[in-house]
Amino acid sequence: MSKKNKEAFLNPLGINNPVTVQVLGICSALAVTAKLEPALVMGLSVTIITAFANVVISLLRKTIPNRIRIIVQLVVVASLVTIVSQVLKAFAYDVSVQLSVYVGLIITNCILMGRLEAFAMQNAPWPSLLDGIGNGLGYAKILVIVAFFRELFGSGTLLGYNILNYDCLKEAGYVNNGLMLMPPMALIIVACIIWWQRAHNKDLQEK
Amino acid sequence: MKALRKFLDNAKPKFQEGGKFAKFRSTFGAFETFLFTPNETNKGGVHVRDAVDLKRTMIVVVMALMPAFLFGIWNTGFQHFRALGQEATATFGDIVCYGLATVLPIVVVSYVVGLAIEFASAQMRGHEVNEGFLVSGLIIPLVMPADVPLWAVAVATAFAVIFGKEVFGGTGMNIWNPALIARAFLFFAYPTKMSGESVWYGAEQTVDGFSGATALASAGATGATGVSVEDAIFGFIPGSIGETSVIAIALGGLLLLITGIASWKTMFSVFAGGIVMGLTFNALAESGSFLDENGVVLKGYEAARNLALLPWYEHLVIGGFCFGAVFMATDPVTSSRTETGKFIYGFLIGAMAIIIRVLNPGYPEGMMLAILLMNTFAPLIDYCIVQRNISKRAKRVKIKA
Repeated sequence: MSKKNKEAFLNPLGINNPVTVQVLGICSALAVTAKLEPALVMGLSVTIITAFANVVISLLRKTIPNRIRIIVQLVVVASLVTIVSQVLKAFAYDVSVQLSVYVGLIITNCILMGRLEAFAMQNAPWPSLLDGIGNGLGYAKILVIVAFFRELFGSGTLLGYNILNYDCLKEAGYVNNGLMLMPPMALIIVACIIWWQRAHNKDLQEK
Repeated sequence: MKALRKFLDNAKPKFQEGGKFAKFRSTFGAFETFLFTPNETNKGGVHVRDAVDLKRTMIVVVMALMPAFLFGIWNTGFQHFRALGQEATATFGDIVCYGLATVLPIVVVSYVVGLAIEFASAQMRGHEVNEGFLVSGLIIPLVMPADVPLWAVAVATAFAVIFGKEVFGGTGMNIWNPALIARAFLFFAYPTKMSGESVWYGAEQTVDGFSGATALASAGATGATGVSVEDAIFGFIPGSIGETSVIAIALGGLLLLITGIASWKTMFSVFAGGIVMGLTFNALAESGSFLDENGVVLKGYEAARNLALLPWYEHLVIGGFCFGAVFMATDPVTSSRTETGKFIYGFLIGAMAIIIRVLNPGYPEGMMLAILLMNTFAPLIDYCIVQRNISKRAKRVKIKA
């Protein structure tokens, strides 16, 4: 893997994360992270869709007329989202009910349009695929971190398995934090991740 | 006094540049200026200095909080013995003792946690330690129910200081009132510890027929507050530690108004907003707004109708309305800064508080949410007022030219 390709894949996971650095895709990061399972599925869906959409648009990039490129991109994304949504309904119905409209709303996820416009329109299919997977995983990573803390401290479970709901803990006065289940707390956790990342990365700090 | 000054002077070199503890400079400075007014004068140009600096301001607010605080201690004990059915036999000493034992730990936890974070963050940034927390640390216990677990106070205080204050740059930079952030955090995070009937008196068993519900809660459920207006004004009712007595709060409010620390415009307009909205709801409910065509109360609106029918003056004396109006809405940092803006800001707080109380009985304490909401809008109000002034003057210039 060349250095450039490596960067296309690895940068979105850290220094150029779509959620914490570019601050895209925040809406769904708040909506689907109350539990770990939907967050995982959502992250996976977005990864698959960004990867394939990037490849398709990259293959078509020389034939798409510039003036209607957004429409073409939307058509590609919409078909992929529909496929993913149908697959989820067929094989993981419970999760798709939990995710409700947010699978459909992947179509408006800024990360997708951003990658198509900024990367796939100028690059060959192979780097575009890597970039798509990288960005999807970067998004999934933040979702999983947020959902981990929200489910653990909000419901006392992880992936539905009991972690903190024991009588001995309850007698000692431990109570699940109801605020964790509300969207504002997701915003605060994302903010903490951004805080941590900026504190550790000199390049991200404003002068 | 002299010995103390001498001790500080001896210790000072160690904390200055190049000294052994130079790192802890801001911590030392905080204690030194807390104990003695700094007597340094400016060497450069002339600056106008007020005798009342931030520390003196904060101390006056702490003094203003004292009546509500002392009454809160007594009332905590009183509610406890009332729950046990012993209010006739318990002596004044018993009541105060129980109150102290309940309230003081909350105060200590709030100060220790809050000040530790304040000192640490000032240390990390190399700032001076500000004394803003002296007030917040006392207000936080006053807006808690007596039975609140101490760990919850610690968590809420930490959350409020870090996310309500330090991330915005510390004292004077915060958007929301930190004490209200602490209360809102607990209210949403641990609702069972913050509302309901059993959190106000700290007793395992109660006598028959005793109701620990706050006046607001029972007004929503039954249509009557369950307490007399006199009791509510004196403060012999269940509620958060410092919020029950209108008289104690009024004493503190008077001090704030005389010293000019709190704005009478804000305070006045909060009450005006509450009265107008209370009267509006009275009129709406009496004209049948919450009824269907057969005169039956609409489903799901029973509590709303009960609260809407509550006389406007009762709205003002129960719950946290007075406490919020006097001590929290007037916070100079988070309220509007333009003089006209203060009227708008205050009026909307009063009106919103009653609207939230009546139309959303799930959140009985509308005052907290109303103040936080208007804190958010205060900069917008200021912006509009300033812009209006600018365009007015611009017009005047044009006419002349």
